Amino acid sequence: MKPPPFTYHDPRTIPEVLDLLAEKDNARLLSGGQSLMPMLNMRYVLPDDVIDLNRVDGLSGIEAANGSLGIAGMTRQRDIEFSDVVASRCPIMIEAILQVGHRQTRNRGTLGGSLAHLDPSAELPAVAMALDATIHVESKRGKRDIAMADFPAGYMTPSIELDEMVTGATFPLWEEGHGYAFIEFARRHGDFAIVSAGALMTTDGAGKVDRVSIVVSGVGPSPLRCTDAERMILGQTPELELFREAAETARAFDAMEDIHAPSSYRQHLAAVLSRRALEKAQTRLGGSNG
Amino acid sequence: MADRRRISVTINGDTYEREVETRLLLSDFIRHECELTGTHVGCEHGVCGACTILLDGMTARSCLMLAVQADGHELLTIEGIAPNEEELHPLQQAFMDNHGLQCGYCTPGMLTTLLEFLRDNPNPTEKEVRIAISGNLCRCTGYQGIVDAALDAAGRLRGEAGA
Repeated sequence: MKPPPFTYHDPRTIPEVLDLLAEKDNARLLSGGQSLMPMLNMRYVLPDDVIDLNRVDGLSGIEAANGSLGIAGMTRQRDIEFSDVVASRCPIMIEAILQVGHRQTRNRGTLGGSLAHLDPSAELPAVAMALDATIHVESKRGKRDIAMADFPAGYMTPSIELDEMVTGATFPLWEEGHGYAFIEFARRHGDFAIVSAGALMTTDGAGKVDRVSIVVSGVGPSPLRCTDAERMILGQTPELELFREAAETARAFDAMEDIHAPSSYRQHLAAVLSRRALEKAQTRLGGSNG
Repeated sequence: MADRRRISVTINGDTYEREVETRLLLSDFIRHECELTGTHVGCEHGVCGACTILLDGMTARSCLMLAVQADGHELLTIEGIAPNEEELHPLQQAFMDNHGLQCGYCTPGMLTTLLEFLRDNPNPTEKEVRIAISGNLCRCTGYQGIVDAALDAAGRLRGEAGA
């Protein structure tokens, strides 16, 4: 349970990080360390070089502008949890982040680390998927933006190149008074979720749903948008029976199976939790958030 | 050849300068290099919470940090909690009075975790205490004594008489 030998780098600037990434062919970026450090301790990863981002300037911060929330990659989960602007404009992220690990891990863990690690049950990638976030990556070759829908390439594998790093993400904000909810089922508070579900909703003057987003994680290899359920709800009056019918479509996902839960149980949870998320989101319609 | 660095870390007000291998965990640095063995190591993959320390006033799992990452930073470990050699910190006293420990293995992590929690939440509910310690495993007490101790300590730290 000790890390293997590696060469440690602690660059101070983004260009230095990008130079190292371009030059080293078996390097790992160390951000908050709440996933990479256990993987090093258990020797699941054997990098030749570890590039620590913790002393790099200009990689953290939260900013709301032009209807979007920009969060830099090394922003600690704790700083998101206690951010007034996130609480008032993007409350689903707070509800999700309170279920990310524990205080001790959120003090260190980062947004960029969670996105790049892309654990199938992780909350922040699910929120990014629900909000149609844009992920910003950078390499010596230049910068590019990746839509969250295109970001997962497979199980725990983001669609970024070996010389690229995640520098942050932009989350489009929903209008004031939107309904939101993020709920999950885990064996203990703060454990890896078995399945989680998020929902966002707005209604028009006639009380019909004019925008809805539903996401489940812990089901597929990466967070899944429940597009069938979204289609069923859009344009309708939000009510429990409609939510129940729509959420049932989540049972059709091809769900993972592992030591924690069989696929049939994950499908069941996907349906139940997405229904509950919709119900909770509805009760919050017209609130002062957003 | 092993990758080594010279680092300087302040722990409980004392400065420790050592040359260490860069892969050395902060938990092992504290225990083996600084000989402060009050910080316990349980799982070494960030699950049990026994190795929790405060880094610049905020809790962190010392098994999930490299010692080199603490270079230039200030740590507080279990050894630095009590005001002096004779007295216990009110949180320690509350653990003693409420059967908040049996074997004591999880206790350093429980105390460091609760020190930060009660600083930020001086008047918590029982549910909030249970969530606060959800990242710390105790296999002896069934947690009830720990929860009682935390709530008792919160009262003492608020200065309530008879708490």
